[in-house]
Amino acid sequence: MSEIPENLKYTSEHEWVRLEDDGSVVIGITDHAQEALGELVYVEVPETGAECAKGDACVVVESVKAASDVYAPVTGQCADANAALADEPELVNQSPYEDGWLVRFTPSDRAELEELMDAESYEQFLMDAES
Amino acid sequence: MPYIPHTDADVAEMLACIGARDTEDLFDEIPPALRIDALPGIPDALSEAEVTRLMRARASRDGGVVSFIGAGAYEHYIPAAVWDLATRGEFYSAYTPYQAEASQGTLQLIYEYQTMMAGLTGLDVSNASLYDGATAFAEACLMAVRANRKSKSRRVLVSRGVNPIYRSVTDAIVRGQGIELVELPLADGRTDCDALTKLDGEDFAAVCLQQPTFLGTIEETHAITDWAHAHDMLVVAVCNPTSLALLSPPDDWGDVGADIACGEGQPLGIPVSSGGPYFGFMVCRPALQRQMPGRIVGRTVDIEGRPGFTLTLQAREQHIRRSKATSNICTNQGLMVTAATIYVSLLGAEGLRRTALTCHANTRALAEGLAGIDGVEIAFRTYFHEIVVQFDRPVAPLASALARRGILAGYDLSADYPELGQALLVCATDARTQDEIDAYVAAVHEVLKESQAA
Repeated sequence: MSEIPENLKYTSEHEWVRLEDDGSVVIGITDHAQEALGELVYVEVPETGAECAKGDACVVVESVKAASDVYAPVTGQCADANAALADEPELVNQSPYEDGWLVRFTPSDRAELEELMDAESYEQFLMDAES
Repeated sequence: MPYIPHTDADVAEMLACIGARDTEDLFDEIPPALRIDALPGIPDALSEAEVTRLMRARASRDGGVVSFIGAGAYEHYIPAAVWDLATRGEFYSAYTPYQAEASQGTLQLIYEYQTMMAGLTGLDVSNASLYDGATAFAEACLMAVRANRKSKSRRVLVSRGVNPIYRSVTDAIVRGQGIELVELPLADGRTDCDALTKLDGEDFAAVCLQQPTFLGTIEETHAITDWAHAHDMLVVAVCNPTSLALLSPPDDWGDVGADIACGEGQPLGIPVSSGGPYFGFMVCRPALQRQMPGRIVGRTVDIEGRPGFTLTLQAREQHIRRSKATSNICTNQGLMVTAATIYVSLLGAEGLRRTALTCHANTRALAEGLAGIDGVEIAFRTYFHEIVVQFDRPVAPLASALARRGILAGYDLSADYPELGQALLVCATDARTQDEIDAYVAAVHEVLKESQAA
């Protein structure tokens, strides 16, 4: 079973969202997602300041076999992206919840955060998907 | 690749295997409203023998003339070995095989081709080729819009010096994606640098230049490239590969060089044959490689450490990304690339340089000969192997009169560039001899004198 930290929120597209004290959110892909994608060779992040609506493809993660979209879990503006991924995209595989974070968003509608799954629901979601 | 015919029995067996009654069944998922039953204006099918007779008759009309037309397709001497080797059974397929790695020889050849294009342009990453110059240019514009994330306008500046057919094909391809091509005017046959300064502060994804221009002139590539980069625009260089043996390669344009080079590969060993097949090329900086459409061959080692060739950077191709692929309309032109690779290998860097020099010298001899005739002006003074010749009377009758003498006088510019008046675009490559150039000048002289007398 893949790792699912308690303190994060999740989407059905296998993204995680961490609420920060300053009101921003940090976004990444789950341990399950990185496992399914295989070793990443390239991560394409949005420009700082880019506006993304919930569900927009905001990041592209590319393995040797496929390029996959990561969808914005909430509507907001890109405040920052993980610069370390330009040289070390494999950080997403090695540390999906810490060093391998993708982008930081300033959410425009905090109510959208309530729609995300907690760790328990995401774990159930994964089990349902497997069965 | 082997020739595999289907007998009626083969077809019946294959259909039975998948449970289809006849071949028509295979298409029944296409809604009837989208199907065309009749093709008005298209004659009935001909047998192989009838087609052969027809094409022989048509082909014979191509022969026996001396052509001074370039305008995007250029006649060069092609060493006999090029097509003798390219049409060997091992190479004689237009496609990269679907199990590409099974054909190491094909992949190695494409790898050599990519290396050659990288050497000619100075840019590091080449793809395995595209359909032709026009679609390569369209793909370059799409790529520039994808890659330039500082630009939001989906507008691309395109010089009026870019081949008008490339501009029209590209407009047709990109317009549906909401991309607008904005024309940069010419002054004295080259992109007007003063027009650029009026655009300071406007948002464009890229500036596209052709070197030499469609009119044969030499662009101020350095100044325009630096202007574009200072305004966060990418630079797309449309190049004639023969000219790259003499002119600054795109990588040397301005302080940091152009970002994408593309163009028509036909001058490298492909005959001018009723419009094709030709091939397009595309080369870019490493920073843009993931936005490059088409196939790319890489060199690697296998599990035992032996060198080998493989398709690489396929993650955004259509068999994986489907509708989100970098391109759903591109392919490569394997056979044409094979010929081009052999052509350049046989000529070598020095041979290609001498070919380019001969083209320039021949065109210069032609320009000097024509400049001495009353009523004839050479429009622009800097050129590679093509010149704009302006006349003091309509060019169409003049061109017809030369055609009757077995000379194709040039490309009539009046439709594409009416501002040049009565003008022909005339080209004298290494395929033209001094005698042919003298005959051209004499024929123009005579025809003009006759029309004066009449």
